[in-house]
Amino acid sequence: MKFLANRRRRPWVAVALLAMALLVVGGGYAAVSSTAPAEAAMGSQTQVEEGKRLFLEGCSSCHGIDAQGSANGPSLIGVGAASVHFQVATGRMPMAAPGAQAPSKNVIYTDEEIAAMSAWVASLAPGPAIPSAEQLDFADADIAEGGVLFRINCAQCHQAAGGGGALTQGKYAPSLMNATPQEIYEAMLTGPQNMPVFSDATLPVEEKQQILAYIDSLQNAPSPGGMSLGRLGPVVEGLFMWTAVFAALIAAAVWIGIKAR
Amino acid sequence: MSTTNPAANPVEKAGGATATFVDQRLGSNKFLARNLSKVFPEHWSFMLGEIALYSFIVVLLTGTYLTLFFKPSMAEVVYEGSYIPLNGIYMSEAYASTLNISFDIRGGLLIRQMHHWAALIFVAAVAVHMFRVFFTGAFRKPREFNWIVGVALTTLALAAGFTGYSLPDDLLSGTGLQIIRGILQSIPLVGTWLAFFVFGGEYPGGDIISRLYSAHILLVPGLILALITVHLIMVWTQKHTQFPGPGRTNDNVVGYPLLPIYMAKAGGFFFVVFGIVALLSGLVNINPVWIFGPYTPDQVTAGTQPDWYIGWLDGALRLMPNWETVVAGFTISWNVFIPSVVIPGILFTGLALYPFLEAWATGDKREHNLLDRPRNAPVRTGIGVMAIVFYGILWLGGGNDLVATTFNLSINSISWTLRVLLIVAPPLAFIITKRICLSLQRRDREKLLHGYESGRILRLPHGEFVEVHQPLNEKELAVIGSKPDTPVLPAPQKTDIDGVRNPRYRLDSIRHTLSGFFYGDNIPRPSAEEIEAGQHHAEEQGAIEAPLHEYEERDVIFNAHGGVLHHPGMPKTNAEQVAEQESRS
Amino acid sequence: MSKDLESKLPANPEHGEPKPGYLPVADIPHKPRVTDTDPKAARRAERQVASMFLLSMLLVVLFVVAYVTIDVSTVVYVPVLGEVGASNLVLGLTFGGAIFFIGAGAIQWSKKLMPDVEVVQQRHDMESDKGSTKEAAANYERGKEESGFARYPIIRRTLLGALALFPIPLVVMLRDLWQTPPGENPVEILSTTSWRDGERIVPDTGHSTGENVKGIRPEEIPVGGLVSALPMSIKELKEDPVANMRDRGKSAIILVRMDPDEIRAQQGEGWDYQGILAYSKICTHVGCPIALYEHRTHHLLCPCHQSTFDLADEGNVVFGPAARRMPQLPIRVDEEGFLVARSDFQEPVGPSFWERG
Repeated sequence: MKFLANRRRRPWVAVALLAMALLVVGGGYAAVSSTAPAEAAMGSQTQVEEGKRLFLEGCSSCHGIDAQGSANGPSLIGVGAASVHFQVATGRMPMAAPGAQAPSKNVIYTDEEIAAMSAWVASLAPGPAIPSAEQLDFADADIAEGGVLFRINCAQCHQAAGGGGALTQGKYAPSLMNATPQEIYEAMLTGPQNMPVFSDATLPVEEKQQILAYIDSLQNAPSPGGMSLGRLGPVVEGLFMWTAVFAALIAAAVWIGIKAR
Repeated sequence: MSTTNPAANPVEKAGGATATFVDQRLGSNKFLARNLSKVFPEHWSFMLGEIALYSFIVVLLTGTYLTLFFKPSMAEVVYEGSYIPLNGIYMSEAYASTLNISFDIRGGLLIRQMHHWAALIFVAAVAVHMFRVFFTGAFRKPREFNWIVGVALTTLALAAGFTGYSLPDDLLSGTGLQIIRGILQSIPLVGTWLAFFVFGGEYPGGDIISRLYSAHILLVPGLILALITVHLIMVWTQKHTQFPGPGRTNDNVVGYPLLPIYMAKAGGFFFVVFGIVALLSGLVNINPVWIFGPYTPDQVTAGTQPDWYIGWLDGALRLMPNWETVVAGFTISWNVFIPSVVIPGILFTGLALYPFLEAWATGDKREHNLLDRPRNAPVRTGIGVMAIVFYGILWLGGGNDLVATTFNLSINSISWTLRVLLIVAPPLAFIITKRICLSLQRRDREKLLHGYESGRILRLPHGEFVEVHQPLNEKELAVIGSKPDTPVLPAPQKTDIDGVRNPRYRLDSIRHTLSGFFYGDNIPRPSAEEIEAGQHHAEEQGAIEAPLHEYEERDVIFNAHGGVLHHPGMPKTNAEQVAEQESRS
Repeated sequence: MSKDLESKLPANPEHGEPKPGYLPVADIPHKPRVTDTDPKAARRAERQVASMFLLSMLLVVLFVVAYVTIDVSTVVYVPVLGEVGASNLVLGLTFGGAIFFIGAGAIQWSKKLMPDVEVVQQRHDMESDKGSTKEAAANYERGKEESGFARYPIIRRTLLGALALFPIPLVVMLRDLWQTPPGENPVEILSTTSWRDGERIVPDTGHSTGENVKGIRPEEIPVGGLVSALPMSIKELKEDPVANMRDRGKSAIILVRMDPDEIRAQQGEGWDYQGILAYSKICTHVGCPIALYEHRTHHLLCPCHQSTFDLADEGNVVFGPAARRMPQLPIRVDEEGFLVARSDFQEPVGPSFWERG
């Protein structure tokens, strides 16, 4: 004891104490909480029950125990399997931090887990279903018609080239350049966050397929005139001109005037 | 040019014969005698106007090519060209012919992109050239007319760009036309009728594209060409200004002759600018109109911006508070009228009148052929920086939604911040710039009187430490010493000696205040004798150091007792010694 | 100074006859260039310049080959640039390079091989000499006296009158820039659209509006939905493009649906139908089409200048430069169950104008 007491006023003591406290608390928590994966007794649990369990674990704190919603998250009753799949498979949910909008980020659930949660939410009340492979098949859809529909319904938020755009108060319509057809279909169907809802009654399946075909062509489009600068419009082109191009022209002018060696 | 030299080769003989042929009809040899050796001063910033001129020539050449293929018609056709995502879609002929140029004509897209890139560069070069002229005071007597012609050219350049990029009738530029309709309507009294006259009826009508076309290929370029000619004639006859330097006075031009140097440099620069525009157009895409789709008055894309040189007006529209008043059943839309008509009107008028305002305020009636250093005119420089800051904030406002998505900010907070900055930042920029200019003037005065600080400390034989000051070399003396005298206008008398009232008292006191504002704070220039004495003093100090330089430059250095401190081949520095040791080990 | 350089400089008049085209050398120190003193360096510079011109010629040949052989739709992948059009890339590089190297060669020639000694020329005051000024004034006086301009005030005044008036026909002939149809005036045109009581609302599907489309039923629009719509009577684009575009620019509307409890205020009692509201699609600021609907906040955002309207609160402006609220179209359902308008808009749509009142 004297050993410790004699050294209690040394500067390193505070650091050591803090480290020890952290170790104790962290280790204790780790010991107490179960990190072992859920008992994979899937055979005895239905998908819906598994979905409910996952929901209670990861979503109920904001969306309520019965998915009825709370101050932190809207009700999920009636949103349908499509909503759940969209939000979770793009990593938007669980939302990492409160903010203007949930950004797409790392997906933390496996496909089976997502399917389970979707099934449970779908069981609460009728809502948009996950689109079938048939609905997502846009191979025969007219790209040009899709372009017309895209410009009427989508371009005002997502920009004519699908590069994304700003909404109010820090919200935004994300870029579509990396979106999969399923994501796009589900987003149209469910109207995530502030995106309007384009149900299959408003925008029939055929029209949705045309839009998918058009977005696919945007994603794969070559840039005939050279490097594309993002296709975001005159602002980027003007910036590029003022920086790279004008620098080259001024460099040429300076070179002309400098006395040769 | 005569062919009396018997050794002239056949080409020269033919050239001489041609010159004589022309001279007998036009008297051209007199012009050539005076002008082939015309001297032009050399500085890279004098090339900015050339960049503008050459990019305009590129715009003209590529534009002529485009007129052979473009159809300025709003008649609707079905597109059947090679761009698949628009196949079978109805669009105006203007848009369809633009797609044709871009996708089905070899080299068409290259020429179209060259036209657009060169247009962007043209307006940028005009702006930078204008600022160079402004900050160096090249607009002063006798060049005020040229300044006004230049301001007119700036306005026409904006008009040319705007009418040009609206021609393809795509969704992005068409939205811009829709905005123009709203702006016209906001003009009090005549706006409604004006909008209907410009568009030939109700918006959008079927006339606007062909009307913009005639403006874009005939009226505006015609006026620009005429004004460029006048602009260049004035530069030629008044001779170009020059920066102060050794041998340069207000009454001469020091530089290189037109033939051969400037023909080679200026001609070469034309090809360089042309080449850069063409290389750029092969490498970087611009204005992909096929992505935006044909124009429809009820569709819009996010990220709707005009080309960069109109961006400041768009920003002004975004930042303006939503003021509108209704008086006796008539609506005045301040929220549209002020940012799109009043602000640019004030800016361009102020710009055009500036040389006369400054001349009146400072009472400066001299001819100026030597350029000012910006630091010697702190208020002018401050006003210029203030204008750039004001413009820049509006410009940033025009792209606020792209700033929001790039930096994850809210467009609402960006707009509010810029609104505040627009009022606060320009005066702040003025004050800061003026202070910087004045302190640079002080430093110049120090240099003239004491030479410049070399950073070397010398210990004199009696123990005193001094910092060695080096005298200025000839170039520096000429440049720093070129600061003109800028006297403040005297305060006027209310009455003269006989008690007669001064009729211009009010005007003269305003003038007195203004000239005090302009030049009152300027650091006075030391007299020629003071400068001479100062430089001489610095030389003397330098002379004390002379044996030290001699010592350092010697090959073999002995210490006081005759031992060798250094001889050739010995490593000198510690670092070298260490490196040598390391390489040995 | 080398013999070569001396022969290139204008002769000093102190040393005999000045050479033709003589210009005095400026009295400033001059350092010779490598190419002035070293003949090998000069020859190297000459080779440099010549090879630039040669390269330019070669690139022209390559341009022609590329123009003829590369198909205009070929795509090629280039690092940094991405997937780009091959024809544009190669034509641009060869054409640009060919032109650039002419310029670079000419400039290199002037910098390395032409003399770089600065010369001087005197300026003259711009103001003319006194003699010329006197002569000009005298000529003017004579001319004025001979013309009699001062002596015949009637001639003078009538001449000025004629000159002042003659441009008027030129201005008057601009009247028919708008051939105003009889009985039409812009104020009326701007104040009305083609919506009437019973006019059916059809969704906008691009150019094929009106074909096979009967209308919109309320049950087809979900809560949170957004539909861009037009009046059914709109002319087909291929039949009458001017009329079609005109209607799109004026009569275009958006239908949004929200929970009826969320509607705080409307521009008129019962103008909605079970939570479906119809608003103009033309922004009241400067006229951009506006369809960025945030269905949770009920805000409508214009992408042009960020005017924001609250559609749950009479379409009032909540942010941005727009001064007036978004006009609302009153709607109802007709006998067949389709959404129709009840009347025209009760205020002018689109940007303000002087006579709006």
